[in-house]
Amino acid sequence: MLAFARYERPATVDEALQLLHSKRGSRVLGGGMWMRLSKRTVPCVIDLSDCGLNTIEETDGAFRIGAYVTLRDLERADAFNEATGGVLNAAVQDIVGVQFRRLATVGGSVFGRFGFSDVLCALLALDTEVELAEAGRVPLAAFMNMPYERDILTHVIVRKHAYRASYQCLRKAATDFPTINVCAARWGGAWHLAVGARPAKARLVVAAHSLSERPDSAELASIVEDVRALTYSSNLWGSERYRRHLAGVLAARAIADAAGYTEAEADALIATLEATIEAKEVRA
Amino acid sequence: MSQNLIEVALTLNGKNVTARVAPDTTLYTFVRERGCASVKCACETTNCGLCTVWLDGSAVLSCAIPMARVNGREVTTLEGLREESAAFARCLAEEGAEQCGFCSPGLIMNVLAMEREIRERAAGQGVEPTAPTDDELNAYLAGNLCRCTGYEGQRRALRRYVAERFAPAAGTDQDVSPAPATATAGEERA
Repeated sequence: MLAFARYERPATVDEALQLLHSKRGSRVLGGGMWMRLSKRTVPCVIDLSDCGLNTIEETDGAFRIGAYVTLRDLERADAFNEATGGVLNAAVQDIVGVQFRRLATVGGSVFGRFGFSDVLCALLALDTEVELAEAGRVPLAAFMNMPYERDILTHVIVRKHAYRASYQCLRKAATDFPTINVCAARWGGAWHLAVGARPAKARLVVAAHSLSERPDSAELASIVEDVRALTYSSNLWGSERYRRHLAGVLAARAIADAAGYTEAEADALIATLEATIEAKEVRA
Repeated sequence: MSQNLIEVALTLNGKNVTARVAPDTTLYTFVRERGCASVKCACETTNCGLCTVWLDGSAVLSCAIPMARVNGREVTTLEGLREESAAFARCLAEEGAEQCGFCSPGLIMNVLAMEREIRERAAGQGVEPTAPTDDELNAYLAGNLCRCTGYEGQRRALRRYVAERFAPAAGTDQDVSPAPATATAGEERA
């Protein structure tokens, strides 16, 4: 069990930032979901519960999600889910249970940049930025590659677009970590594909603007190849080869779903594209 | 454990409680130390649902909440819901839904929280609350693990319970109807 030598509950983000910089080894507390898995002592834990970061604000152009908004709040945020193709609702459905999701926070899920994160994968495919107390706004894709700075993530901002999006994942069992997850979203005239649980943290593949809104099997085959070109590796949840193959299938399914194909049409499309890829590999 | 004790004041099962605790004391440990033996811990990985309690009326995992976050709030365990839980406990017994029963308190807490949420949501929308479907039950209760019943008995008990408590959802019939009446333990003995 994680132990706390000292516990602080600042009233503002500025105070929290000051504490973070002044107390060596201090850490910001998110939902606290993995406390039982750690045996170390944190010299100073900073709880942001009093900093007003637990609301979702909607403006004309974006949704600004506070870092302490819980995953349960997020899945119940009807306006947000309707505006973003329901991908966050789909992404959190299998995260343990409702009791867990009432505690786990959006900020904790994003700041941790965990490879298995469903939330991160879904947000990455959307037009998302993170707001840091010191560094300001940073696109999520860039934040994914930043080192773990001593900064405080205060908000996640999802810009509004006419999203067409779909979240797909495979789990060995309901409520388990995903073996692989993919989110496809079309916005700004391009398809954006996030692939997570590789098992490394999610990566974004932005398809060329030439990929049509309703891609055919040849177009899909090209993006499946891009997705399969990412780095994958093995762990208890799946082998590198299994993940690579599934990532391609789920990417095609996510695009087909978001593009409005029926399940039967998507099945036929995927069978054709796999044959196309196989034939190409044989020729090579 | 922290040496810097903090003062907490909360309501536990309707009674005001104040204490000085280490801030990393979990709510689970706190309620167990105060005699709430219904609250269990099994997984150590925050996913089994056995430690479910209500915090301000919502079901949460008490093993993941530091006491510093509970200050000023209302905590309810199964010990504080004896009356409200009687009907579902009867359904569990009538359907033979328990083997060891270790997970039952957490399940009961979450089922009652679900019922409350359905009723509140329906009231907010100005409509009559309707029975959740099997899929909705499964989704809501996915975080309550049971390692001996295989869930079938629990699902029978749930169907019986929701059929007794709610009007059926439009377009459903068999899904939420109670299982055929089975002999209770008392009848079997008789």
